[in-house]
Order: sequence, then structure tokens, then C-alpha cells
Amino acid sequence: MKSLEELMAIKNKMQDKVSVRTGSGDIRIVVGMATCGIAAGARPVLNAFVEGISNEGLGDHVQVTQTGCIGICQYEPVVEVYEKDKEKTTYVKMTADKAKEVIEKHIKGGKPVSEYTIGATHL
Amino acid sequence: MDELSLYVLDIVMNSVRAGAEHIEISIIEEGEWLTFTVKDDGCGMTEEQLKKLSDPFFTTRKTRKVGLGVPFLRMLAEMTGGSVEIKSVHESVSGDHGTELVARFGRHHIDFVPTGDMTGTVITLIQGSPDIDFVYRHKGDGFDVRLDCNELKAVLGDGISLAEPEVLAWIREYLNDQYSPSGE
Repeated sequence: MKSLEELMAIKNKMQDKVSVRTGSGDIRIVVGMATCGIAAGARPVLNAFVEGISNEGLGDHVQVTQTGCIGICQYEPVVEVYEKDKEKTTYVKMTADKAKEVIEKHIKGGKPVSEYTIGATHL
Repeated sequence: MDELSLYVLDIVMNSVRAGAEHIEISIIEEGEWLTFTVKDDGCGMTEEQLKKLSDPFFTTRKTRKVGLGVPFLRMLAEMTGGSVEIKSVHESVSGDHGTELVARFGRHHIDFVPTGDMTGTVITLIQGSPDIDFVYRHKGDGFDVRLDCNELKAVLGDGISLAEPEVLAWIREYLNDQYSPSGE
């Protein structure tokens, strides 16, 4: 069983790390989590981003956050990626597997996965 | 939606958007029924808003003209012989404001959905709003899962957010362990 003592150990380990952390990150990944997003499968997408960013050790400059409905419910799960000094990328109809690919190619590799973006849907 | 945990996530998001600081979530499975309760200290609703709540064409949001959260929940509850009751005190009426929702489902009814990934729902809520004090309880056949964010914050102190990936990973295991008490 997990115990609160273990949480204390995590705290002690993290204290030094957190104090070194600068700013809130250069990249922000925003997942839509309103009724439309949730019903379309946004929860596993969000969790894939949270875990992927953490496993890749990208937590210092990539932030994963949630937002409400942005008005394109038919394209949920919708994920927006904001990068410093770049145009916003909007991914639509996301899945956990696509999220892993986006982390690999876009977040780490710097190149948006264009076939998953809203531009590819001929809106 | 095909899991109860997604309905729970969706409904609790309403409390989050209402600006709540404390949110109690409880799911009790007993006999015929599954009872899901959410109690928050958010801004509450006016009588007018409360009356329109189950109307899918009513929403306070600006991005679209429909609001399906509560209508979905009510539909599932009523399909399984249950009900949804909501009490709310708007902040303009009293300092002691907030909303309490109680939904009852016939848990053995053929139209009921599986409980699903409740741990995923709790993790998602904490990740999105680490400052909110969530108190979670889910009692079912063979398990009684509890999580109190106040307790975790007392251990972590001020400097460390509950949304830190290491902390979320711990919470996930902490919940999963309680869901399968035999797997010690």
C-alpha cells in the first residue's frame, strides 16, 4: 500500500528541483475538457500528455493545462499547442496514441504533425 | 458517455467553473443503488438558473448554445429508475453559498454504464485544479476508497503543487491500491 510517508519522501526529493525551476514554460499544451471534450475522449488524451511530458523529462519547459469548450465540439478532443514566438497549432479528433506522436514529433522534434491539425480537416 | 466516471468528471467540472474551493465527491454503491453526490462551495445558482438546468438549450457559457452535462446525467439516472436532485444557494442570497447534487442510479439496471476509470477522473480533476480541496470517497463491493487533498497538502507544504507529475503518479497508485485491497 502507498503511504503518506512515501509522499513525504517525494516532497523531500522534489524540493530542490522545484526551486530551480524557472518560469512556467515555453510550450503550453491546452486540452479542452468541457462536456463535448470529455464525451469525445479527452480524458485519456490529457493523461497521455501529462504522463508523456513527465516521462520524457520535459516538465521544465512544457506545461499541460485544461480549458473549457472553444466552440468546435464536432472536432473534439481538441488540443492547442502554444509556443513562444510561433503560431498556435490546433489538433483535432485526438487520441492518446496521437498525443504520444505529437510529443515525439512536435514537442520534442519541433515540427507540428500537420495531418492531425484542424487545417487538415478542410473546415 | 460510456462510463460513469466520465459523467462524474463532467459534473464536477461545473463545481470547478463555479469557483469552488472545496468539493466533496462521494459515490456509494449499496444494494440496488449507486448514489453519486457532489457538494461544493462555488457561486451557486439563482432560482432561475436552477429551473432551466435540465433544459439542454440552457447554458451560461458563451462558446455554444447548448449545455448537455446535467441533461445527460439526468437521462442516465432516469433510464435506470433513479433521479437527480439539485439544491443550490446563489452567492447573492447568502454567504453560505454552493451547490449540492445527488444522483441515484439503479446500478444493476441493464441501461446502467460501468463505473469505469474513477482514478483517471480524480487525477484529471486534481491536475486541472490543484488548488481546490477535493475530498473523494467511493465505497463499493469490497473497497472503500478515500482521498483528501487537504491531507496531501499538509504533507507537501506550500511549495509543491498537487499537479506535479511525481505527485499525480503517487496519487494514482494510492487510489489504485485502495481499489484492489487484495493486491497488497
